[in-house]
Amino acid sequence: MNSDYGYLVLENGTTFKGNLMGTGPCSGEVVFNTSMVGYEQILTDPSYAGQIVVMTYPLIGNYGFNPGNMESQHCWLQGLVVNQLCSESNHYQQELSLQQYLGDNKILCLSGIDTRALTRILRLRGTMGGIITSSLDDQTVLHGEASRMTPPPGGYVGQVTCREMTIIGSGLRRVVVIDYGVKRSIITSLVERKCQVIVVPAQASARSILDLAPDGIVLSNGPGDPVDCGFAIATIRKLLGSVPIFGICLGHQLLSLALGGRTTKMAFGHRGANQPVKDLRSGRVYITSQNHGYTVEPDSIRDKAVDIVFTNLNDNTVEGLMHRELPAMSVQFHPEAAPGPHDTKFLMDDFVAQIDKYKRDEQTTPIWHIG
Amino acid sequence: MPLDSNLKKVLVIGSGPIIIGQAAEFDYAGTQACKAIKSEGLEVILLNSNPATIMTDTDIADRVYMEPITVETVVKILDRENPDGIIANLGGQVGLNMALALDKAGILREKGVPVLGMPLDAIYRAEDREMFKATMEELGQPIPESSIVHSVGEALHFAAQVGYPLIVRPAYTLGGTGGGTANNDDELAEIVTRGLKSSAIHQALIERSVAGYKEIEFEVMRDHNDNCITICSMENIDPVGIHTGDSIVAAPAQTLTDEEYQMLRFASLKIIRALKIAGGCNVQFALDPFSKRYFVIEVNPRVSRSSALASKATGYPIATVTTKIALGYNLDEIPNAITGKTTACFEPAIDYVVLKVPRWPFDKFVFGDRRLGTQMKATGEVMAIDRSFEAAFLKSIRSLEIGINGLRLPELTELSDVELKARLSDADDERIFIIAEAFVRGASIEELHRITAIDKYFLKKFKNIIDFSKRLQETPLGLDILFEAKKIGVSDSEIACLKGCCEDEVRRLRQSYGILPTYKLVDTCAAEFDAETPYFYSCYEEENEAEHEEGQRKVLVIGSGPIRIGQGVEFDYCSVHCVWALRQAGIKAIIANNNPETVSTDFDTSDRLYFEPLVYEDVMNIIEEERPEGVIVQFGGQTAINLANPLARAGVKLLGTSNDSIDRAEDRNRFDAMVAQLGIPRPPGKSVFNPDEAVLVARQIGYPVLVRPSYVLGGRAMEIVYSEAELRQYMHTAVKASREHPVLVDKYLLGREIEVDAVCDGREVLIPGIMQHIERAGVHSGDSIAVFPAYSLSPAIRDKVVEHTTALARELKVIGLINIQFVEFEDELYVLEVNPRSSRTVPFISKITGIPLVKLATEIMLGKSLEELGYLGGLFVTPNFYAVKVPVFSFNKLQQVDINLGPEMKSTGEVLGIAHSLNSAIYKGLQSAGVDIKGSGTMVVTVSDKDKGEAIPVIAEFAERGFKIIATEGTARALRNHGIEVQTVKKLKEGSPNIVDLIRQGKVDVVVNTLTQGRRPFSDGFHIRRAAVELNVPCLTSLDTLKVILQVLKGDEGAKPQKVLSLQEYVAEYHSQI
Repeated sequence: MNSDYGYLVLENGTTFKGNLMGTGPCSGEVVFNTSMVGYEQILTDPSYAGQIVVMTYPLIGNYGFNPGNMESQHCWLQGLVVNQLCSESNHYQQELSLQQYLGDNKILCLSGIDTRALTRILRLRGTMGGIITSSLDDQTVLHGEASRMTPPPGGYVGQVTCREMTIIGSGLRRVVVIDYGVKRSIITSLVERKCQVIVVPAQASARSILDLAPDGIVLSNGPGDPVDCGFAIATIRKLLGSVPIFGICLGHQLLSLALGGRTTKMAFGHRGANQPVKDLRSGRVYITSQNHGYTVEPDSIRDKAVDIVFTNLNDNTVEGLMHRELPAMSVQFHPEAAPGPHDTKFLMDDFVAQIDKYKRDEQTTPIWHIG
Repeated sequence: MPLDSNLKKVLVIGSGPIIIGQAAEFDYAGTQACKAIKSEGLEVILLNSNPATIMTDTDIADRVYMEPITVETVVKILDRENPDGIIANLGGQVGLNMALALDKAGILREKGVPVLGMPLDAIYRAEDREMFKATMEELGQPIPESSIVHSVGEALHFAAQVGYPLIVRPAYTLGGTGGGTANNDDELAEIVTRGLKSSAIHQALIERSVAGYKEIEFEVMRDHNDNCITICSMENIDPVGIHTGDSIVAAPAQTLTDEEYQMLRFASLKIIRALKIAGGCNVQFALDPFSKRYFVIEVNPRVSRSSALASKATGYPIATVTTKIALGYNLDEIPNAITGKTTACFEPAIDYVVLKVPRWPFDKFVFGDRRLGTQMKATGEVMAIDRSFEAAFLKSIRSLEIGINGLRLPELTELSDVELKARLSDADDERIFIIAEAFVRGASIEELHRITAIDKYFLKKFKNIIDFSKRLQETPLGLDILFEAKKIGVSDSEIACLKGCCEDEVRRLRQSYGILPTYKLVDTCAAEFDAETPYFYSCYEEENEAEHEEGQRKVLVIGSGPIRIGQGVEFDYCSVHCVWALRQAGIKAIIANNNPETVSTDFDTSDRLYFEPLVYEDVMNIIEEERPEGVIVQFGGQTAINLANPLARAGVKLLGTSNDSIDRAEDRNRFDAMVAQLGIPRPPGKSVFNPDEAVLVARQIGYPVLVRPSYVLGGRAMEIVYSEAELRQYMHTAVKASREHPVLVDKYLLGREIEVDAVCDGREVLIPGIMQHIERAGVHSGDSIAVFPAYSLSPAIRDKVVEHTTALARELKVIGLINIQFVEFEDELYVLEVNPRSSRTVPFISKITGIPLVKLATEIMLGKSLEELGYLGGLFVTPNFYAVKVPVFSFNKLQQVDINLGPEMKSTGEVLGIAHSLNSAIYKGLQSAGVDIKGSGTMVVTVSDKDKGEAIPVIAEFAERGFKIIATEGTARALRNHGIEVQTVKKLKEGSPNIVDLIRQGKVDVVVNTLTQGRRPFSDGFHIRRAAVELNVPCLTSLDTLKVILQVLKGDEGAKPQKVLSLQEYVAEYHSQI
């Protein structure tokens, strides 16, 4: 293993020393994730593009790496920060060790870090920019680099979205997934529900999407600030009311913006597999998988003919919306899980059921079954 | 739904005495439950017969009934109290069984009182084998296929459907006699043939074997709104095949992928939804290490040992939340006590590794069968937390207090490779050390995995420790390697051992390098939210979260570590009461302990909890971190006392009795000099260093003699020896057991044993009362029935007890508690033992007398006098009732362990019988202890020659009362000579049907068997006693116990209606007389 000392320098100047794997430097927004399992999915979730991810669980890599668990073709995050990178991994499905995967894909990994101390800083001060580097020679440059978090031209979505349309499966219903950085699990959970899925690039026009004659549209998850995706918001506005629309994560934020709502950046976001979300209609609470740093302002959306159906039990942030007149709904969390709990997979069933009812003109507004 | 407004008063069922499989975790659970109910403004009524617990304190429940946990008792309590509901799912299996018994007896319907929380239907469906099977099939959840067969043909037919391997378990044989694992038709035919033969009812259970699968547990919670969460996943390092209570367990699960984790999590939730569980529940799975195939092994619809572990591992208070759910709340209506802001409806995220390691009793039961399997054998457990697996694991080994600070068990180096291999494949309590030794000898991961089926991940972690130790040995002790050693968790003493220096040198070097532990918080949320909890563990990282307020007075209390024979939950009781007393006095109380089952390790018991090993290094680190004004070692049993000397040497201020006084009481020569000076007689005896000396001393003082090594805990390796040959044999084993310490040879006085707990402020000595043991001296005080107040002492002896106690406490300048054991022999009072610390009986005495002994002792340590606390010296007023402490044993869980009572302690727990008459109190105590005394029936008698004279008149009375007496030849002849009608039965060697066959056939109601001479394992007597234990037939090995039973029978207690009164009522009536 190619390992030497390396450093994480935060934009406020705090420096952590650890063992560096790979050649740097890299920079990005430093965020923490509290999932105890699921690093394969986290590494390959396009929503992490541009970020340095800190895993709060200290042992990462226990079951090696199985490409079958990847959520996209690549590892999108800038760098990984862990307490211990496991070199004792063992699992019948492991094809390579996590070290090997990170090495092969040139992902910087800083280990031996007091990740709890780092997490406490991020929690208190909010997420911030940071840089992973092998040398601390030029402090001022480092600080400048660390605090520069401007997204690439076209935003992170532009970086991660597909270039061409792809068709997956041959189900009874046709669902167009707008790929802002879609996770494979969203596609497979639709295919499993007998949908033919057509994944289109984020920049696809409303016209070209409607030309595909979809029965439903999914606005996928993706990285970055939703306001950077002006083009997407405009497209969604045009699609509203055409067929049932389901927004997930960034898709939820974009739908809210398209409906006239506002989003704000959270202090340190929600990243983990244990976020409790309450269905306000029944009082039922579901444990959800989440990965977002922006949230929809509840007051900005209340008068936009939507009902806030789900809120986060910890901090009361908006977790899900249902339009009162149009067939549109969205959730901030990940019903497709991967990684994380399967509690809200039923939302996928509900979306498919709505597609069918809408097709038969039985129901035009969203249906979410009440647990 | 908020609090159920119909509830005003709730009855909580406790779990009774501590036995293997049901330990202190139910004191933690029950105490949390009672506190949670009280905090809602409801009245709490508690039924529990265990006097050593915190939950039976009069300020935990509004009324505490220390009565036998039977349907009759519950009916009486229901009639007296009219509670609005019963909570049964926090009292272990005892609680659940009681709920079912009440339901089956129609009591619940008749009295119109509901079982709160866990629905009865859920209990039935989880507990009943057939109903459970049907429910799982309905849900599509796989369980290992099984079938009951009566012939080889049926077995082969089943095998054809299911495949191999299969486990065969003959019905109604104990310890798995005649069973086994079959891998093919031939083996199956052979095992089934043998098994059916050994089964009394010619029947065997055949089950698919999932041995070698990963054993994964989920601790889950559901509320009435169908909200379900998982608190914690746990992975047994030992794969399926070894009871989870005997397995080393890691939390969270270490080797599962997200897919596997979510698959099992989802299955857990599906199961608890279908069962309509309300509250905490535990689901166990077996997962194929090579596919996604899994089986549901077990569902426990209650709070369990695993939930105590999950609770301490995550900081999530499972018992409190379970109780609140029983009272009507939903998860999202219950605040998360740790963050204060979020709710109980979430899943804890942890950012450390937790390991649990069992503590086994084989140091006491040297002839016990050490092999591990499906029957749990551990009495207790330790837990350790750290940031790495290796460090958490090494901490847990240190916490066991088995004299090992690393992974090397010195005696294993003597094993041959063949022996080592044999012990690898047949797991026993030392397995982990055997694996370590195998690695030292160069075994490969592959090889050990093949033999043990332990996941390679864990084996590699163990190997890391061995490899590192080797590297450490070869590397000069520089900063880098030392820092690495501490991160990996190697103790200073182990480093010293490896480097051939002393622990203090390592400590100083480490500190000079600035390598100091950092303390991190357990906060349920991996630092995502700000946490207020004062729950810490150590690690070697960058940031230390243990912040300190300036000018705050603080005191560190050392806890008592894992539950073991001789050191049970009573020391946790004492530690917790000390903490509470400190807090009441306005002093910040810090506790250090490592037992996940206890109240002391609840994060809201103390101002600060350090979950750490209780050895010098780790405790000293806490002291250096906290700088308390003093440390209290008096309440944590021998664990804490053992730290007195090293801490004092390091200049730490010990509060209470001085270290020198502790030494004067424990060092034999100093002790002898002291009692001689005070003019207090003690049995003649001497310290000896070799067999010849021992024989000489024994000749002088005369046999029988009591022999024991110095510095003992719970009478370890103590024996009564009747002859020179026995003495020589003992000396060869005992002296080998402790080379540096001499062996004590004392005259064994066959007298009446008397015990006293007292509290002293250095001048005045308050004696709450005197306990008298039913069994004569020679039976360990922890194993004898103790009656309070003493019932047959002459005033002269009573005065002497007070006089000697006062003199000893004053002489030792005791500041706090002291426990003294005396023996009355031929009208003289001898002192046997002085323990200047809290004892096993302190909780019992405190509850009965209403004198808060630990609180007084703590206040005295802080400088108060007894007078200032409102008490006078001398003997306290004698109560107008009797309280009888009866020991409880776990012999049916431990094969090959002899059950005869002697100077070595064997009981795991105790119960209390309390009543206004002595007979009635004894009767209740025996009933609580599960000793079923029948008024008539068949009694088998085999007594040794030395006991015959004393036994015959007693047996005669039993015969007169209509007991049918059966005896083997010698005893039968002696009884017949005295005109007793006896049926003679064959001895074992005389062929069948013999005495053991008779017991096994269930034709015997009580066995009287006294030990022939000394310890002779596997004699006839041994087989008789084992047979009795395994068939749950009362077996009396002391004539004193037999006599007291006769007395109870004469009083016809069984036929009398026994009154139930709460402890509060007894004490109030008693105090009103003062």
